[in-house]
Amino acid sequence: MLTTILFYLLAAVMIGGGCVTITRKQPLAAALSLVVSFMALSGLYALLTAQLIAILQILVYAGAIVALIVFVIMLLNVREQDLTFHEELVPQVGVAAIALLPVVGVVVAAIGRLPAGTFPPLTGPDYGSIETVGMFLYQHYTFVFELVSVLLTVALAGVVLLAKRRI
Amino acid sequence: MISLQHFLIASVLLFAVGVAGVVGRKNLFIVFMSIELMLNAVNLSFVAFARFLNQLDGHIYVFLVMAVAAAEAAIGLAIVILLFKGKESLNVDDFSVMKQ
Amino acid sequence: MDLHTTSLLVWVPLLPLLGSICNGLLTLVYAKSEHGAPRGLVSAIAVGAPVLACVIAFTLFAQLHGLAPEQRLMTQSLGTWMQAGQLKVGMDLMLDPLSALMICVVTGIGSLIHLYSVGYMGHDRGFSRYFCYLNLFTFSMLVLVLGQNLPMMFIGWEGVGVCSYLLIGFWFTDIAKANAGNKAFITNRIGDFGFLLGIFFLFAFTLHHGGATLDFIRLQDFFHSMPQGAAITTTVATTAALLLFIGAMGKSAQVPLHVWLADAMAGPTPVSALIHAATMVTAGVYMVCRTHFLFDLSPLAQIVVASMGTLTALFAATIAITQTDIKRVLAYSTVSQLGYMFVGAGVGAYSAGMFHVFTHAFFKALLFLGAGSVIHAMHEEQNIWKMGGLKAKMPVTYWTMLIGCLAISGIPPFAGFFSKDEILWQAFNHHHHVIYGLLLLTAGITAYYMWRMFFLTFHGTARDHHKFEHAHESPWVMSLPLVVLAAGSAVVGFLGVPHLLGGSNMFGRWLEPVVGLVEGSSYPTSLEMNLMITSVVVGLIGIGTAWARYSKPVPSTEPTRAVWWDILWNKYFLDETFEALIIKPLVAFSKVFLYRGVEEEAIDAAVNNTPRVYAGISGAVRTVQTGLVRNYALLMLFGAAAIALYYLMKFASLQ
Repeated sequence: MLTTILFYLLAAVMIGGGCVTITRKQPLAAALSLVVSFMALSGLYALLTAQLIAILQILVYAGAIVALIVFVIMLLNVREQDLTFHEELVPQVGVAAIALLPVVGVVVAAIGRLPAGTFPPLTGPDYGSIETVGMFLYQHYTFVFELVSVLLTVALAGVVLLAKRRI
Repeated sequence: MISLQHFLIASVLLFAVGVAGVVGRKNLFIVFMSIELMLNAVNLSFVAFARFLNQLDGHIYVFLVMAVAAAEAAIGLAIVILLFKGKESLNVDDFSVMKQ
Repeated sequence: MDLHTTSLLVWVPLLPLLGSICNGLLTLVYAKSEHGAPRGLVSAIAVGAPVLACVIAFTLFAQLHGLAPEQRLMTQSLGTWMQAGQLKVGMDLMLDPLSALMICVVTGIGSLIHLYSVGYMGHDRGFSRYFCYLNLFTFSMLVLVLGQNLPMMFIGWEGVGVCSYLLIGFWFTDIAKANAGNKAFITNRIGDFGFLLGIFFLFAFTLHHGGATLDFIRLQDFFHSMPQGAAITTTVATTAALLLFIGAMGKSAQVPLHVWLADAMAGPTPVSALIHAATMVTAGVYMVCRTHFLFDLSPLAQIVVASMGTLTALFAATIAITQTDIKRVLAYSTVSQLGYMFVGAGVGAYSAGMFHVFTHAFFKALLFLGAGSVIHAMHEEQNIWKMGGLKAKMPVTYWTMLIGCLAISGIPPFAGFFSKDEILWQAFNHHHHVIYGLLLLTAGITAYYMWRMFFLTFHGTARDHHKFEHAHESPWVMSLPLVVLAAGSAVVGFLGVPHLLGGSNMFGRWLEPVVGLVEGSSYPTSLEMNLMITSVVVGLIGIGTAWARYSKPVPSTEPTRAVWWDILWNKYFLDETFEALIIKPLVAFSKVFLYRGVEEEAIDAAVNNTPRVYAGISGAVRTVQTGLVRNYALLMLFGAAAIALYYLMKFASLQ
């Protein structure tokens, strides 16, 4: 019972936050709304017993990425009059909605074919905890883990390179 | 009861919102944030399936996606800064050098 | 017949071919030099090849002679050329009395002409190229006569046509001469079309009635095995014979395909002697004799051949009496004499026709070479009205030409008498009295125009003093062949002395195994003797008339104002008729329909508009590249939607 209410609440906030994000004229407002959406999403992860992911969501997305976005928004210091809004949104979004229909349709159809019913019982009490996920990661996805570190290094180097040229 | 289907529909709706933002807005930052929304929608569906199948592979995927999103955010925003320095505009349509 | 094989035969055509290749290479090597390849080397190769081939030819002739008459057939196969279904065509050479005779003539007289050319073309820059072509011609002609099947003969046929074109248009920088070469080749081609149709017809017919073959021996057996006298036999033989005869008409310049021969005089004179007197033009007669088994089965074809021959003989002779170019007189004379040969073949007396081929080769080559000698001496002057009095200046040429003219006029004991008379007698013998009469008339005209030419050239007083002063006798390389040919013209007639005069007709008997021999007659022998005397008298009348008119110091003028003279001078306006009826419409059709209609509007339009269509399409497609990232994102979305739709369809069918 509680889970059902929580789910609908969090889902509504998440999607509503998303809608608010894309309909703001000011980027900062959009960024704050994005944070709200991420928080709700984190709650949904928690409902799915994905504790580690929930925390990482807040840490990485809401904490790092959105913060970065906000920094850049502030840095660029865009003037009020340069922001546009009205005429652009509706037609394109309409077209996009139409184009999305098949995607949504597929998903719905797929969903329809899934066996009804709730989630199966958990394998163990540690599902989704940091130890379990960590062990799983290092045992079965070692290579992937190393690659990710390379990826982040590359990104770091790239940013430094891009930034340095403009000094 | 909440089942897999609910989470998937939520994921799709969030994805749709993200697409609407990417296609419908001209402001560079809004576009970027919409992309993040899309990525998160996908993350949600990964985790939902992982829970449904009682595996942890989905969590690993989410891990990866987050890492990539972070890297992408860093570099993407650096590029945004450079673009702004060049053209003084945040309008996506202004950067159409590849026009035929 | 027993078949003997020989390995010597291939060398007869092969040696001139090798000579041609060597001289061709020399031409290429020395193409950019000032004087061309060294004359001595070129001459040695060019003259040596046919001489050696001649020696081998005579050796083979002797070998053949050593065999019994029924067994005189030697073949050499160089491998298979075509093998398609039932048809097997080999590169086969055949030596029987007929082809042995021809190779001796071609190589013998050819060697003399090659030697003569060394002198005549001595100062020409294209010396080595000339001999390359001339040797190539000799090779082609030898292949033509030695071929054992129709395709081999056709190879030689086409080869001589090409060489004729190359040699007539030898001085191609003069557009008129180049056009003469074109005319010869194209007119020949029309005949060749008939020839090819004949080959196809024979192939198709033999294919459906037993084995397909184009081999002469097997064709002869084939036609002998068909029911004699049946309608189908006659029809088939007639069709094939007439189609092949069309080819002969083109090659041997019968009316109306004779128009190329007079213009062919644009080439060097030795070329005219070899190609248009002694060898190539006789290929048609040879072909008719080779395929005589077809003509024997078809009275209609025979009558056609004889009639065309008669028409041609008379037609050309009348034109010749008006011509002023010494070579043109001889050209029309050749056309006329070829008519005689076809009459001989047409009435069934193939050996008489071939005998005339044989003797004609000697005296016509002699006459052409003599004319060349005169032209050379008079510094390229060819108009007989500008000559005169050359008897004193060029004695060797004078006496040899005299013998030649006597021979062609049919005066005994020279060669032309025996051969021409045989044809006249056989025409009468086969009850073609009209033909006989017309040919007799032609003989008189022949004597008249030949001696008109002779007297105007050599007798009387010189009409162009400047050229006359510088005239001189030719060097030995040119005079020697003249003497040899004159001796030949005097003597070879005795190879065919008829029984009436006490001879044994060796020539006819030599060819008997191949073409049969007509002996005996329903007419009394006294008639034959009378006819013989008549023809001599007619010839003397012709000579006498020419003497009266033209051998005076100032010859009689021509009646150029008369209408009949005008018609003859313009060759019965035949060239103009062809021009108006055939050439102009063809060119107009070509210009309007083919050039403008097909080439420009259809093909060019297709070729030019196809890229335009593509450009249009790509222009339309290019508008997708707006440069706006948002649009690209939208397109990506559409793409993803399409894929999703596909999966939806796929899974919709499942359930």
